[in-house]
Amino acid sequence: MKLDDDDFTLLGLPLRFAQDRALIDTRWRELQAQVHPDRFAADGAASQRVAMQWAVRVNVAYQRMKDPLKRAAYLCELKGAAINAESNTAMPSGFLVQQMEWREALDDAAALSDVEALADAVTKHRELAFAKLQATLDQQGDIHSAAQQVRALMFVERFADDVDQRLEALGQ
Amino acid sequence: MALLQISEPGGSPDPHQRRIAVGIDLGTTHSLVAAVRNGVAECLPDDAGRVILPSAVRYLEQGRRQIGHDALAEAATDPRNTIVSVKRFMGRGLSDIVQREKLPYDFVDEPGMVKLRTVDGIKSPVEVSAEILATLRYRAEDTFADDLFGAVITVPAYFDDAQRQATKDAAQLAGLNVLRLINEPTAAAIAYGLENGSEGLYAVYDLGGGTFDISLLRLTQGVFEVVATGGDSALGGDDFDRLLADSALARSGLQATTPQDKRAVLVAARAAKEKLSASDHATLACPLSGGELSVRVTRDEFESITQDLVARTVGALRKVLRDAKAAKEDVQGVVMVGGSTRMPKVQTVVGEFFGKTPLTNLNPDEVVALGAAIQANVLAGNAGADELLLLDVIPLSLGLETMGGLVERIIPRNSTIPTARAQDFTTFKDGQTALSIHVVQGERELVSDCRSLARFELRGIPPMVAGAARIRVSFQVDADGLLAVSAREEGSGVEAAINVKPSYGLSDGEVARMLTESFSTAEADMRARSLRESRVEAERMLLATRAALAADGDLLSADEQTDIQALLSALDTLQHSEDHAAIDTAVEALAKGTEAFAAERMNRGIRLALAGRRVEEV
Repeated sequence: MKLDDDDFTLLGLPLRFAQDRALIDTRWRELQAQVHPDRFAADGAASQRVAMQWAVRVNVAYQRMKDPLKRAAYLCELKGAAINAESNTAMPSGFLVQQMEWREALDDAAALSDVEALADAVTKHRELAFAKLQATLDQQGDIHSAAQQVRALMFVERFADDVDQRLEALGQ
Repeated sequence: MALLQISEPGGSPDPHQRRIAVGIDLGTTHSLVAAVRNGVAECLPDDAGRVILPSAVRYLEQGRRQIGHDALAEAATDPRNTIVSVKRFMGRGLSDIVQREKLPYDFVDEPGMVKLRTVDGIKSPVEVSAEILATLRYRAEDTFADDLFGAVITVPAYFDDAQRQATKDAAQLAGLNVLRLINEPTAAAIAYGLENGSEGLYAVYDLGGGTFDISLLRLTQGVFEVVATGGDSALGGDDFDRLLADSALARSGLQATTPQDKRAVLVAARAAKEKLSASDHATLACPLSGGELSVRVTRDEFESITQDLVARTVGALRKVLRDAKAAKEDVQGVVMVGGSTRMPKVQTVVGEFFGKTPLTNLNPDEVVALGAAIQANVLAGNAGADELLLLDVIPLSLGLETMGGLVERIIPRNSTIPTARAQDFTTFKDGQTALSIHVVQGERELVSDCRSLARFELRGIPPMVAGAARIRVSFQVDADGLLAVSAREEGSGVEAAINVKPSYGLSDGEVARMLTESFSTAEADMRARSLRESRVEAERMLLATRAALAADGDLLSADEQTDIQALLSALDTLQHSEDHAAIDTAVEALAKGTEAFAAERMNRGIRLALAGRRVEEV
């Protein structure tokens, strides 16, 4: 393991999208237990600085690996398919229509049950989309199609955040 | 072969080298200091045997002051000059302070942090807190008859960057070397977890005098990992007092208009609230300028007056579970912390929510200081290497203002610290040579709904067409949860950086001014202190480097060994000199000169530790 290894190598995880979340957690904890600056409290400034670099690196990797969408985006980039979410916003029209319907439904939702129903629909959609993404990445190895799916999922995540905020505002 | 008597990195040094490190709970209502003695954490008492120091400071004429019990006793007679619950003003502007008309203070609206006008002049909440911290520092130094190496200071988990920075400034002002700011619920979990040897997911419900935190922690083999945290940094026992006081005033038809009346009714409300924890009725009574207030309250009435406050904490419980993607049933134990959890209703509601009886076997007033003391002992290098590791998170997302007053989230809440993230931005006008960067904290989409932490500018960008510049903005959050931001135009290398402080914290100049004006640290005192600190650091570096050479010297070439030896002897000859700047320079030279070696040692350490464990993998 080196500081400039990719996240998968750093955490000792197989280079693929499908991961065991419990294993990611364990690997992260094991590694932090070795590199965290507090482990070198009695040492001098040089060890502290090196440990700080490592601790940050390991936390950044963990943050990316435990989030399926970030992990997928990272894997696409690692394999040579850039995500470029800012510049590449072309989406299939069916997807756009569905996004607009969701947005309207959220705007119109007055009761808690309406927002909850929408939250459930989004959750189901995400589960299916991630299953498809996993097949595209791990079975078909089609990184360009995967990158397109990641871009679409970014919109879905953003919408899910907005739904969460509404739920919170409604006191749930 | 001669055996060298050298302690391993992280191992316990000789007893005579033990460094005295304390944990301090700087609370809204009261504060405590604790230390590990003979392997056990305990709160340190004052001369009268009391461990609790009321967080109260009374300013008198000619720079005199009373702190703690003496000050609290005068809160009702001299309310304007007797500052209590100052923690609620830390890192806050005047407009942040809710119901300020019900408080007896003479607030001064200043840019950044609100201040208080007293008979001894205008005081910043940081100065008031520093008085409390300095009192605890003297108590610890008297107890051990020695200087302190450093302190771990606790803050509410939900404190934002400005509130954390203010706390750190206060500690600096009180002459304390801050080893770490840690979150109160995390500190409580340490005290509980080590006590009970627990493993699994735990919730810590911490309702103090002025703040509310809820943290979910996973405990595994000495690792305390905060999974998610939430709360409200302006919700605590004081708010229960205020609602009870308002209700009593309304029922009696009396009013509290003078500062004395305002304080008196709050004191009486608090006494009644405390009585209602053990009894089903109490009388809220105090003399007011308009007549004698005396109102009988039942526990049921009190609970219905304050039910919204309890409901707000339950809302936060739901949110933190959602953030952690955990169900109530996953939580194995619920720990209650903070004096306000003595209210029976709070215990019932939390118990019902989680479906299990909350743990209350440690004193809720002391548990935070005890946990902080245990962590301080680790950070001072006194404890064994694998005794305890804290992996905490930031409570609120950090981001930047982008076009249209929207927030671009850079580091999401509940990210484990220390952490860092960089994001690229570009110019939007042709020939644009400067970029203004506005750092904010909070969860809302609009900048105006988040807390503004700092603004700075990156200037001197070479003129280019719009969108051609690549400006990388880097966020770094350290282990205290404090943020530093830097920006760099990648093409030209133009840079700007800021430690996030100005908008709500104190500027370095302000801290310097307070230090020079301050009671506790006259200039000569300061110089002696820096010299002592430099010598301690020099000794630490020498010991650590020699130990490292003995253990892993084989990683170095003969030339590299010679270079490091030269740096070592340079520092060795300087370490007892009177010139702290020269010592610091030599320490830094040794640190720089051994950084590559430290990196190699880290690689070897990781390889050895994880070898074998991962053989079966992939």
